[in-house]
Amino acid sequence: MAETVNAHETHGDDPSRRDFIHIAAMATGAVGVAAVAWPFIDQMNPSADTLALASIEQDIGKVAPGQQLVVKWRGKPVFVRHRTPAEIAASVKDDHADMRDPATDASRTKPGKQEWLIVIGVCTHLGCVPNFGTGDYGGWFCPCHGSVYDTAGRIRKGPAPRNLELPSYEFTGPTKVKIG
Amino acid sequence: MSSSILGRSGFHGLRALAVAALALGVAALGTGVAQAKTNAKEPQEVSFSFEGPFGRFDQAELQRGFKVYAEVCSACHSMNLLSYRDLAQPGGPFWDPKHPNISPAESPYAKAIAAQYKVPDIDPDTGDVIQRPATAADRFKAPFANEAAARAANGGALPPDLSVIARAREGGPAYIYSLLLGYEEAPAGMTVPDGKYYNPYMAGDMSSYWKGAKDKVPEGGFIAMARQLVDDRVQFDDKTPSTAANEAHAVATFLAWAADPHQVERKQTGIAVMLFLLVFTLLTYLSYRQIWRNVSH
Amino acid sequence: MSGHSKYEPKTGFERWLDVRLPIVRMAYDTAIDFPTPKNLNYWWTFGGILAVCLVIQIVTGVVLAMHYVANAGLAFNSVEHIMRDVNHGWMIRYIHANGASMFFLAVYVHIARGLYYGSYKAPREILWLLGCVIYLLMMATAFMGYVLPWGQMSYYGAVVITNLFSAFDNVIPGVGTAITTWLWGGFAVDNATLNRFFSLHYLLPFMIAGVVGLHIWALHVPGNNNPVGVDVKSKEDTVPFHPYYTVKDGFAILVFLLLFSWFVFFAPEALGHADNQVMANPLATPSHIVPEWYFLPFYAILRAVPDKLFGVLGMFGAIAMLFALPWLDTSKVRSMRYRPTARWFFFLFIAATLGLGWCGGKLPDDVVIPIGRDAVTGDPTGFTVVMLSRVLAVYYFAYFIAVLPLLGLFEKTLPVPDTISTPVLPKGGAAMLSGATASPEKKG
Repeated sequence: MAETVNAHETHGDDPSRRDFIHIAAMATGAVGVAAVAWPFIDQMNPSADTLALASIEQDIGKVAPGQQLVVKWRGKPVFVRHRTPAEIAASVKDDHADMRDPATDASRTKPGKQEWLIVIGVCTHLGCVPNFGTGDYGGWFCPCHGSVYDTAGRIRKGPAPRNLELPSYEFTGPTKVKIG
Repeated sequence: MSSSILGRSGFHGLRALAVAALALGVAALGTGVAQAKTNAKEPQEVSFSFEGPFGRFDQAELQRGFKVYAEVCSACHSMNLLSYRDLAQPGGPFWDPKHPNISPAESPYAKAIAAQYKVPDIDPDTGDVIQRPATAADRFKAPFANEAAARAANGGALPPDLSVIARAREGGPAYIYSLLLGYEEAPAGMTVPDGKYYNPYMAGDMSSYWKGAKDKVPEGGFIAMARQLVDDRVQFDDKTPSTAANEAHAVATFLAWAADPHQVERKQTGIAVMLFLLVFTLLTYLSYRQIWRNVSH
Repeated sequence: MSGHSKYEPKTGFERWLDVRLPIVRMAYDTAIDFPTPKNLNYWWTFGGILAVCLVIQIVTGVVLAMHYVANAGLAFNSVEHIMRDVNHGWMIRYIHANGASMFFLAVYVHIARGLYYGSYKAPREILWLLGCVIYLLMMATAFMGYVLPWGQMSYYGAVVITNLFSAFDNVIPGVGTAITTWLWGGFAVDNATLNRFFSLHYLLPFMIAGVVGLHIWALHVPGNNNPVGVDVKSKEDTVPFHPYYTVKDGFAILVFLLLFSWFVFFAPEALGHADNQVMANPLATPSHIVPEWYFLPFYAILRAVPDKLFGVLGMFGAIAMLFALPWLDTSKVRSMRYRPTARWFFFLFIAATLGLGWCGGKLPDDVVIPIGRDAVTGDPTGFTVVMLSRVLAVYYFAYFIAVLPLLGLFEKTLPVPDTISTPVLPKGGAAMLSGATASPEKKG
């Protein structure tokens, strides 16, 4: 009984059938690896309890004009700012000023609720939390790299590329807001 | 065992794997058989819809079971690991398959159920402890503030948390069913301590309470919970007769779901995995035969 | 076997890399071209299966550590968080928990194969010792991992095993207590213990991986043993590792994964204990404490000895036997295929070990063979589990320190073939017990 070690010479009769089996086995293995990979990737996505807290309801009735409430939402601060009529007027007056990310004051609030500005309190530059009521425009000033926002949360000076982001929210009552 | 089992090749090898599997089985049996020296009665033979590789939960029964928990058990037993949103997760009692994209926390059912309960919170303005309506993200409201309060209200006994009770007791749901219905008059000759009840399915050692022959100590033990489930204790919304057996079966089903809420998903994934592996194994075997066909060994 | 490398770099980059870091050459020589005896049977596939087990445990373990909280107050609930809320967390945790059992199942088969075919004999003593080190590290890792869910069995398992060291109080009073206090980082198993166990449970698998590297290195110097137990004499006796053994190991790994998956998806708690679903309570012990199944034989030996210190020494001695084995077996013949008497002692040894495992899961006073009844309680009396454990434990040790040393001197062995290829040739193969005479059609 002769023995030959070389696989390529010994696999005789039907090369197409022979290769098909090996290729099918390897392809199945590749599919298996891909299918197994998904749960191990997906486990790093937010878990069910994290997602459950993704929307919050908040009573904002106690925020006095000129003040802001900071709410934690999805691990980030949300500024709920009760704007004074003077602040709103100043902001509307600047609607057509030269801005990096032009937006009207009205587009930053809900209709009929212009006194409430609700923005995500994360500087669009590199993610620091801007300080309330500071900076040239009375809005916010970011201590990290000096970005200045006005009372509508629009970027007016400094390195930040965009206005403060608006979360999705809706008023569920006169002073009740649901964020997320 | 002969030397042929430790065979050279081919199907002897397959037998070898089978022997290995068997050895594990023996080992598993060894641990499974291990029992404490208490002699509780074996749980009754009850059938549940979720048993076996193809089993599923009966959603209507899960809802009935939740009602039994909410109206009866929850007076004393917490379920600290569950949130109201869990009730609406896929496969849960209040999951709505017609709206699969609504997240459990946004489910109108979960929100409505949660809103019936008040949970403690801190008033952010004053720091006072307040009671606010629960949200779907909140944990099930616990009947007692802490363990000491629970013991004080139950004659020193602590009602166990029911979150994983179906996994935490040998026999699981069949045990729960049997225990809830298994209350009996204590046999003559047994001294039942105050505030305790005799149940043959409860684990315990009765020998020191038994006056009869030492080799005839009755099965079972004492439990601090009186019989709860009787006919008409819970009115079901779906016209299912409110018999004690139906109530016990429903709550055992609900607790089995609560202890292992992903079990249907798990088994269905398992079937797909096994089928895939069988195909892959077969292809690899054919490939193996092909590669080795001209090697004598 | 570590002959000249036949690796030829094909691309420019491979040539460039090969003179700087010949890592592709190393991989080629160990996993592709490595000359492997052509008569290895399925018992030899468990090395590959174990490699897969280690990778599965490390990958799932790293993922679980992303969600687990090593704090006595939070650990139990964090495991439930994984089971309930983390995406696919139930699957990853069940793979990890059952993976430990699968790992030990495979390692026991692997060890038994080494015992039967004499894989511990010269020149493979270091290979065997490294395997024993891996086994010890596995036991430590599995024990600490079982503590992490912080259930009742976790907690009391940790209490009982760490208290073994208090036996040293019998040697020098105070030393045992000092050791246990040091292990615990307190006066009992508590948060500090849990934290250090988590740290070590994360560390040890990587040490295992390192020793596995040495184990494979030590394998590739003398090359594989084989069922016949004679050395490779010529190229005729071997086939390249790839594709012959990659595909054979691959097939065996898949069969193993079928069993593994059955546990994970259809019986994930079958090897666990209901009591471990109850959060650790230092004030109340469950009525029956048993270790995981893979520790039961050693647990039985511990309980078989009435003295605390000697029980502990007996338990560790049972593992020490494996380390001494290469110098205890005096037989010149490797494979028990040609040792008809030793073979039966071996089967008896396997039966004794399984029997010890059975005893470990029982209560010591349980009666195996009832003889009478107790006059007072009426309970049956007779031959108890602890007595059976003693008989089996005596045989366990006798196999190593009496049977193998003496049998090698007096046993009449069967004729051993000259080369691996010899028994393949059909002349007179029928007379040989060993004969791997099966025709190619019967092989699989």
